[in-house]
Amino acid sequence: MRLARNKTPGPRRRAGAHEGRPAEFVLAGLASLSLVALGLICLFLVKDALPLFADYPAGGFFAGREWQPVSTNVRFGLIPLLTGSLVVALGAGLIAVPLAIGVALFVSEVAPRWVRELLKPAMELLAAIPSVVYGFFGLVVLSRWLQSAFGLNSGLNALNGSVLLAVMALPTMVTLSEDALRAVPQSYRNASLAMGASRLETMLHVTLPAARSGIAAAVMLGIGRVVGETMTVLMVTGNASQITFLLFDSVRTMTATVAAEMAETAWGSLHYHALFAIGLTLFAITFAINALADVMLRKKVS
Amino acid sequence: MALLALAPLVVILGYLLAGGLPAISWEFLTQGPSNMMRSGGIFPALVGTFLLVVGSSLVAVPLGVAGGLYLSEYAGPGVFTRLIRLAVLNLAGVPSVVYGLFGLGFFVVLLKMGVSVLAGSLTLGLLVLPIVIAATEEAARNVPDSHRHASLALGATRWATVWNVILPGARPGILTGTILAVSRVAGETAPIMFTAAAFFLPRLPGSPFDPVMALPYHLYVLSTEVARADPKIRLGTALVLVGLILLSNLVAIVLRARMRAKQGGGGV
Repeated sequence: MRLARNKTPGPRRRAGAHEGRPAEFVLAGLASLSLVALGLICLFLVKDALPLFADYPAGGFFAGREWQPVSTNVRFGLIPLLTGSLVVALGAGLIAVPLAIGVALFVSEVAPRWVRELLKPAMELLAAIPSVVYGFFGLVVLSRWLQSAFGLNSGLNALNGSVLLAVMALPTMVTLSEDALRAVPQSYRNASLAMGASRLETMLHVTLPAARSGIAAAVMLGIGRVVGETMTVLMVTGNASQITFLLFDSVRTMTATVAAEMAETAWGSLHYHALFAIGLTLFAITFAINALADVMLRKKVS
Repeated sequence: MALLALAPLVVILGYLLAGGLPAISWEFLTQGPSNMMRSGGIFPALVGTFLLVVGSSLVAVPLGVAGGLYLSEYAGPGVFTRLIRLAVLNLAGVPSVVYGLFGLGFFVVLLKMGVSVLAGSLTLGLLVLPIVIAATEEAARNVPDSHRHASLALGATRWATVWNVILPGARPGILTGTILAVSRVAGETAPIMFTAAAFFLPRLPGSPFDPVMALPYHLYVLSTEVARADPKIRLGTALVLVGLILLSNLVAIVLRARMRAKQGGGGV
């Protein structure tokens, strides 16, 4: 909660040109454009998605198990795409979360100062690499590694996507987890050590649980970013729209579907609206994840 | 343990450098593609990315700075402020492909801009708006209160204080935020796929209503659809893209470190 002390002070209710009130209104108006933009995005997603349900049953969309937009028997079932996104995201979480918490613990509790100074810019650079470059790397290099390491027919599968997405989520998770750990009062650690616990025991049983909600928020935000990733998964997950939970299978995510199919879809067609419906679903999911993470961050502060 | 986290960075950069460096030459950077995209250079893509960066900055920087200054200097504790903050946070979380959809439905179709630099710039500008707002707000908050008090004590209005004291003081932070926004724009593919980008254009864009080629989109199509493309070309494209982005990020990091040092020393 920021205190008001940083604001330019001044009586709020007194009118008068000498207060520079017009400027305040202009700035407020420009700031509210963010709100307007969010509303517009929501509106237009809905506007272009709803026409789907005039000609295609909503149940068929949300519970449909096949996504076949261009066959003779056209089907717009979301489930295979949903599970595709889910499998890749969960896989990425399984890889990234232990790694991120481990690195955060190491950096905030154990490592010397210079490691932190080195890690921070490195994490920023990692986060700056565009997703299309990650996708390129996965397509050309990682797929071959996976193929030879596991004896697969093709290295373009959910695992490829999960590994790359884990790397992409790492900076967010590490940075925020580290912030959460540093926010734990030193008195907690001191008390634990004074009672005879070792440093490792203190880290695992006192510090880490105390930072629980901050770390949970970090994980959620990382996963939220991962769910929304498009180019990387488009290039490496194989793009077979099938319902599967095996990491070695080829899957297709919601994001990749929209990106891949929009280019060849006629404007205003049923397919077009179906893709917008996916977009709306994506918007709702990431909105929910971010809202949840926000709630957790607030809990941490109190 | 920390090395494990650094490993991907080293591996990817190493791979790009090793494979892509041989492809970089003056011709590569200044000529267009040839032979059905299998050889030649990336000049039009560089131009397109540059145009999109400039266009989106023209949108994001003024709006973002205004928003950030409002949040830092004027916003009260009421509902309006909370709504704005919520909106900024959520805008930051929207997936890039959803921005692309919105850009398509709103700018390209409804406002009839067509697939163009204009539509792409507006879409990308929206995408990075939260970055500029957040950077500006943080930079403005870092200006010491004593400066504000001194200005007001001399009789300046709040706006005059903001314009003459806060804004110049926040300039380095705003610059950093702009650089970060720019490097984000340079690398985004999904938002421009349906709003601005084309794979092969015979001419450079002549007006804001023309489509453009762009580096990340170029890399994407080279990787997935062009058969028998020279792998050096792809690596070279990737290297140039990553190189530009990392360079601008490094500049931003250095700027920020210098700012911190200056402020630690006692401010302006």
